[in-house]
Amino acid sequence: MNIPSTASPVGFWAAAAMIAAIILLSTTGEVLTAAAMKSIGDLDEIRAHSGMKGAIRAVVTCPLFFAGVSFLAFAFFALLLALNYLPLSLVAPASASLTLVTNAVAGKIFLKENVDRRRWTSAVLVCIGVYLLAH
Amino acid sequence: MAHHKLLPRQYLILGLVALCAPLGDTCLSRGMTALPPVTLAHPLSLIAAVFTPWIGIGIALLIGFFASYLTALSWADLTFVLPATAFGNVIVALFARFWLHEAISPERWAGIVLITVGVGFVANGPSLTERPAPVTELPAIPAHQEVEEGQVR
Repeated sequence: MNIPSTASPVGFWAAAAMIAAIILLSTTGEVLTAAAMKSIGDLDEIRAHSGMKGAIRAVVTCPLFFAGVSFLAFAFFALLLALNYLPLSLVAPASASLTLVTNAVAGKIFLKENVDRRRWTSAVLVCIGVYLLAH
Repeated sequence: MAHHKLLPRQYLILGLVALCAPLGDTCLSRGMTALPPVTLAHPLSLIAAVFTPWIGIGIALLIGFFASYLTALSWADLTFVLPATAFGNVIVALFARFWLHEAISPERWAGIVLITVGVGFVANGPSLTERPAPVTELPAIPAHQEVEEGQVR
């Protein structure tokens, strides 16, 4: 089974691996960034007490934030790599929509967020919606 | 899970998250298509592109998106904020339909409806997972104080 491609065609498993790499790196980046922002605290309150400089200092002195941003940068490079081999009409909707579901799973496992039925339903609806919109 | 009601200011931040990313991307796209083709042979032309108005505005909007996204993550769950970012796709599609008069296929309308319903589902729920308050241990009373208190009694 081959994924249709306008560039150089690659096999199904290679295409799946590239998209999985984008999703994994992106989800890791999102979870680390979210964990960093939770550890910093409410930025609005920090800005009210210490001003904009204090809020920026709180963010840029958090190592977890840089770890998250690094993974998001890796995800971007993985997207660029995938676009060399796969059509945009496949990579963009697949990675954007599936990332919503993997983030819901990761949010529940790693951030201990209460992903109730309402949020699961929303993640699945938005996932299908993004796919339909971007396809 | 307690119902964390969002303040109007926080709804504004979520609105900026949804608006700034698609508008920034649109500005970047418009700026880049107006430029002559950029090749690896002339990488400095990319740096010059940053200082053109549309690309400058696009970068400023994307910085605005990231700042509001980080702010939203500081008081709301990741699974609450992410659908708001996806709502940006709907805004782009509506811009394309009513401003640029582009045709939207029935599949895309279905996508718009699904995203809107999905975002509505989350927006009606709590924004933050309730954490149990940390149990603060009382300071241990030294043994000699207990004896002294006993003597007083």
